[in-house]
Amino acid sequence: MLIRFWGSRGSIPTPLGYRAVRAKVREALMAARGLKLDSLSPEAIDAFIANELPFSVSGTYGGNSSCVEIETGGDEYVLCDVGSGVREFGNALIAKHGPAKKSRFNVFLSHTHWDHIMGFPFFAPAYIPGNRICIYGCHGVLREALRTQHSAPWFPVDFHSLGSSIEFITLEPSHTYKVAGLSVTSIKQFHTGDSYGYRFSQGGKSIVYSTDCEHKSSHLDETYPFVTFYRNADLLIFDAMYSLGDSVSVKEDWGHSSNVVAVELAQAARVRRLVLFHHEPAYDDRMLEEIFADTVRFEAISRPGHQVPGQGVHSQRVHSQGVEVISAYDGLELEL
Amino acid sequence: MEIGERRDGNILVLRPVGRIDNDTSPDFQSRLLSGLTAGAAVLVDFSAVEYISSAGLRALMMGSKQSKAANGKLAVASLGPVVKEIFEISRFAMVVQVFDTPADALAALR
Repeated sequence: MLIRFWGSRGSIPTPLGYRAVRAKVREALMAARGLKLDSLSPEAIDAFIANELPFSVSGTYGGNSSCVEIETGGDEYVLCDVGSGVREFGNALIAKHGPAKKSRFNVFLSHTHWDHIMGFPFFAPAYIPGNRICIYGCHGVLREALRTQHSAPWFPVDFHSLGSSIEFITLEPSHTYKVAGLSVTSIKQFHTGDSYGYRFSQGGKSIVYSTDCEHKSSHLDETYPFVTFYRNADLLIFDAMYSLGDSVSVKEDWGHSSNVVAVELAQAARVRRLVLFHHEPAYDDRMLEEIFADTVRFEAISRPGHQVPGQGVHSQRVHSQGVEVISAYDGLELEL
Repeated sequence: MEIGERRDGNILVLRPVGRIDNDTSPDFQSRLLSGLTAGAAVLVDFSAVEYISSAGLRALMMGSKQSKAANGKLAVASLGPVVKEIFEISRFAMVVQVFDTPADALAALR
């Protein structure tokens, strides 16, 4: 399986402004002082960008709201949520295969808050006759939510005029279904209006998509249902939007969790790889990079007896024989 | 868990020992909240705390809330290197007042 992140940001799309781009260019040039750039090969410049610049300078976590693709190896497509990232997913497919290729898309919605559905009106394959889109979720309002945002006065093209065939399938939480070669089960989460996490399994590998959930329990151990749901997952995509301090004080009951709770749950469930997801829109790339480094550090110090890795983490993926911590960014691909 | 206890004037000083985690945080929270009566000033001396998990930090948050509601004062002091790092990673200094030494904290609480 291959996991592709098309949208990693929480709450609202967060584009980079020109000031942020200029700041990155400036920092890159400052870091390159002393190099004889005119004598460097393009490969050497690529290596400098990849190895010498922090990710917050050489790249960006991206600004599209939630959309994650699970490539199963089969003909059908599987997506978790259709935030603004789904626009780029649809455009990339058409650029690769052309508009004539007819496909089936299976979409699992965590919930219908706007950041998780707002990309659908811009999902080009939905306009192409012959495509089939199956939208799965545990809420009873899936059709109403997508139809309403896709109608006047919010949008010029009415939902009913879409060319593709669109079905809505309501799932029962905790039941297991077979979709596109994956076994899928869900869990109800703590979020205003409820949200649902999904666990996808195929060929002995499991991925959990668990966003928009506020874990307030003080017993993040074997007795906590989410530890059971996450247990031994190869990949856990987790809502780590806030700091723990924020999530228990000024942002209590806002429906999101922290990097600290992410690590504790991943460790308790013996998850292999943890992906920090649903990034706070108020955080810039530098801040998200700092949070990533903090999380790697916390994973190390919260694991008794393990050697603590040093500071100055540049890669967005660090594996220290416990839980591998990854920070999601738009364009990230992970193989299982 | 073992929680040392003394009084410095009107200030209650609690000194938990060991780890404050899933197993021990209920004891810690219970003792902390029982000390935070109306108008009370409480200092938690962390010098003997090796580690604090999110459960322990939540207990402190509960203490902070109760203290504010009861017009009391709550502070922590003497964080060891690991606990200090966890406070920083958790951005917990905004939740509860942190002092380098018990003497600094006691002066602020008086």
